[in-house]
Amino acid sequence: MAKMTLEDLRKLRESKQDALRKRDVEGKDCQVIVGMGTCGIAAGAKVVLDAFLSELEAKGIENVSVTQTGCMGLCHVEPTVEVIVPGMPDVIYGNVDAKVVKQIVADHIIGKKLVSEHVFDKPAADILKKD
Amino acid sequence: MHRYVTDFILDIVQNSFEADSNNVELVLREDDRYLDMTVRDDGKGMSHQMLEKVLDPYQTDGIKHIKRKVGLGLPFLVQATRSAGGSFDIQSEVSKGTVVKCRFDLCNIDTPPMGDIPSTLLALVSHPAAKGVEIERSLSTSKGSDSYHLSREKLLEVLGSFTTVATLNLLMEYLQSQEEALDRFKVDHIPVL
Ligand code: FES
Repeated sequence: MAKMTLEDLRKLRESKQDALRKRDVEGKDCQVIVGMGTCGIAAGAKVVLDAFLSELEAKGIENVSVTQTGCMGLCHVEPTVEVIVPGMPDVIYGNVDAKVVKQIVADHIIGKKLVSEHVFDKPAADILKKD
Repeated sequence: MHRYVTDFILDIVQNSFEADSNNVELVLREDDRYLDMTVRDDGKGMSHQMLEKVLDPYQTDGIKHIKRKVGLGLPFLVQATRSAGGSFDIQSEVSKGTVVKCRFDLCNIDTPPMGDIPSTLLALVSHPAAKGVEIERSLSTSKGSDSYHLSREKLLEVLGSFTTVATLNLLMEYLQSQEEALDRFKVDHIPVL
């Protein structure tokens, strides 16, 4: 690939936007929030972020919002991801890796059912006490 | 534990974001042997006492890091650079900002592998707490040299936002093309014992 200029990027975006407009808004309002605190990164949160971007694109769902947040206080189950899909409970998944990302995209975001073995929504016990 | 140099980069720049900086500058300069990183911010800065505290891996404020103000990343970085023939320096002034400078010896066997630069820069540029971010990346080796500059503001102007998969993937493509242009000048780092 040749080194892109900002102008190339602008053109690419415009062509993509047309394609997106034609496709129906499947994943609209879905949100994926990746915990990227120090230990999250150490546990592989960046790999998880990358995996969501490539998996969602591969499945043609490009209008999901993917954002980062800092420490979720859940070190022991990091990397953690919060997934918000309309009509489903907000869920925090723990111990997420690239494989689990595929499951979350296929089952939760597309199939609308939870990936039960990775659901984690309670903060660590020591943090609960202190708050 | 941190496994890549890029994990440190991400961590240190995140500290700058969390210090309420309006402008953060990241400089990554690589040659045949070293990677020099500078992170300069205009955030709230630290007093001398606070600086000592954040550099001490055994000091915590007892509330875990759920409400922490600075990352645990600094002591890790100090250790990772110094134990592998690199160097570390930090200057900070309250309400003026902080400058972190460090050097990784890429030929030292104890230096962690570099990691993925485009995906790290993507995480930085699209970070929700990021405001002004300027990134300067250069490579200069015996094979030749090249560089690129990224401005968060300019990228945002082109892409509109950094929140959807569609725009983030475009950003990723752009960042990869910048980094790939440097590839032909990269050299193998043969460990010197
Ligand atoms: S960064 Fe993992 S719990 Fe704080």
